[in-house]
Amino acid sequence: MSEIIRLSAAALAQKLQSREVSAVDATQAHLDRIAAVDGSINAFLHVNTEEALLVAAEVDKARADGDTLHPLAGVPIAVKDLIVTKGQPTTAGSKILEGWHSPYDATVIRRLREARMPILGKTNLDEFAMGSSTEHSAYGPTRNPWDLDRIPGGSGGGSAAAVAAFEAPLALGTDTGGSIRQPGAVTGTVGVKPTYGGVSRYGAIAMASSLDQIGPVSRTVLDAALLHEVIGGHDPHDSTSLTDPVGALVEAARRGEVKGLRVGVIKELSGEGYQTGVLNRFAESLELLRGAGAEIVEVSCPNFKYALGAYYLIMPSEASSNLAKYDGVRFGLRVVPEGAPTIERVMGATRAAGFGDEVKRRIILGTYALSAGYYDAYYGSAQKVRTLIQRDFNAAFTQADVLISPTAPTTAFRLGEKLDDPLAMYLNDVATIPANMAGIPGLSLPNGLADEDNLPVGIQLLAPARQDARLYRVGAVLESLLEDKWGGPLLAQAPEIAGVK
Amino acid sequence: MAEINREDVAHLARLAHIDMSSEELDRMAGELAVIVDSIKSVSEVAGDDVPATSHPIPLSNVYRDDVVGETLSNEEALAGAPDNADGRFKVPAILDGE
Repeated sequence: MSEIIRLSAAALAQKLQSREVSAVDATQAHLDRIAAVDGSINAFLHVNTEEALLVAAEVDKARADGDTLHPLAGVPIAVKDLIVTKGQPTTAGSKILEGWHSPYDATVIRRLREARMPILGKTNLDEFAMGSSTEHSAYGPTRNPWDLDRIPGGSGGGSAAAVAAFEAPLALGTDTGGSIRQPGAVTGTVGVKPTYGGVSRYGAIAMASSLDQIGPVSRTVLDAALLHEVIGGHDPHDSTSLTDPVGALVEAARRGEVKGLRVGVIKELSGEGYQTGVLNRFAESLELLRGAGAEIVEVSCPNFKYALGAYYLIMPSEASSNLAKYDGVRFGLRVVPEGAPTIERVMGATRAAGFGDEVKRRIILGTYALSAGYYDAYYGSAQKVRTLIQRDFNAAFTQADVLISPTAPTTAFRLGEKLDDPLAMYLNDVATIPANMAGIPGLSLPNGLADEDNLPVGIQLLAPARQDARLYRVGAVLESLLEDKWGGPLLAQAPEIAGVK
Repeated sequence: MAEINREDVAHLARLAHIDMSSEELDRMAGELAVIVDSIKSVSEVAGDDVPATSHPIPLSNVYRDDVVGETLSNEEALAGAPDNADGRFKVPAILDGE
């Protein structure tokens, strides 16, 4: 395996800056890796070879000319296929958008282009980001690099697997109920859901607009901070975009500090339903933080037990509305039934053929929750629960500076295992959903392998809204303590990917 | 709290413009009944005194100056359409013919 692809984004950026490695070589090394392993992983729906190499060549020329470049110029990146890009197809993992090309770039894509980061391609996801396993993609599941018979998490399984399999040093994800953090946990990678509004969503195909957020996917905490600073900050194209400056996230990751910090263990996100190996690693991580001078306190968030139910009312309600635009008129698939059908029959046939089962389930559920007579009991009640969850967080953050929990209750399960039981699938997100409901930032980092199955476990840090820097400050310390213990990064323990020399 | 049955699902599928086969309706009704049953407790949690949260970070109305920004050309706007004519989206009949 080429040494270049093993480098963190920060280390690669340094070698590019010192011209020890060229951007073309760095990009080609990742394209070669994709060619070698992606037949087994299926992380990419589209590989953007020509454009990526062109951008890399421009970076090399600019650098040779002595131009001032962004520190990450020439560091390649993969993009979840829910984010629209000019010059490449965007499918959202759905048949209804097969072959569609966006006429505009998402704001985050524009920022990658301004930083001159070559885009390697578009990564697989559950259709319209609806799922926790990437099995709901219309283009086949992505496989977990740790065990090809297991799921890479979802919905952003493609971005997490690409980074875990060294096909890309960085990737973009989106997180509505855990779609960045849960795939991070089960693939041994880092994922961050920023504060709601902290990163522009202009050009992210909407699922649930009051919950969706774009964020970084990486192998290290520092790399996530570097990418977060590229994509974060105000965007007038997104009316929910915060006007605050993005903050000194890289500095926070570099200066990691936990001495005297109060770390709150959320009582309700532990115990029953959590795998033993997950709980064991969690307890060890708490000990490491305590040893480094953090004060561990227990906090209670009694309304979290209603979070999953409220989420499964709010998210489908908003999704059913957002997905009404796929009607076979302005873009995407059109299916025309026999005879001389009206537009209404064309819509019914188009949506029947273009959407998969999980998308249909959520549209029907959302339509139900928003129906006359049910709106107050369902959508209205769920919005009140959202207030209660925010109050729980507010109270918890008076007792602790950051909160902590396992990211997901289990390690990666087998492909197909939960496909026939939607409710069991939904339970994967039980620990990640509360952050989306309250709009606060969350970070998942790998904290070991479970004893039972030798698969990666993730730990989640949560901070108050607009305090994303705290996640990086604490995450960097925990990562460094864990890597000291392991003698290197967790991914160094991952098996070689089958079918690869 | 109401349960959800096959007839409800058929009605909702019509509202959502998704054609469903008889077999699909059976399966969807079974799955949705389980899901609705597990989330219905949500309606019993919060009292009248709890305000609803529709947006996680409070924001007041966001306006921009009324000037033309970046726009798509007619060709760009139509590029992804299944059918177009004379610079417009072309759709089948809106109403049933005679």
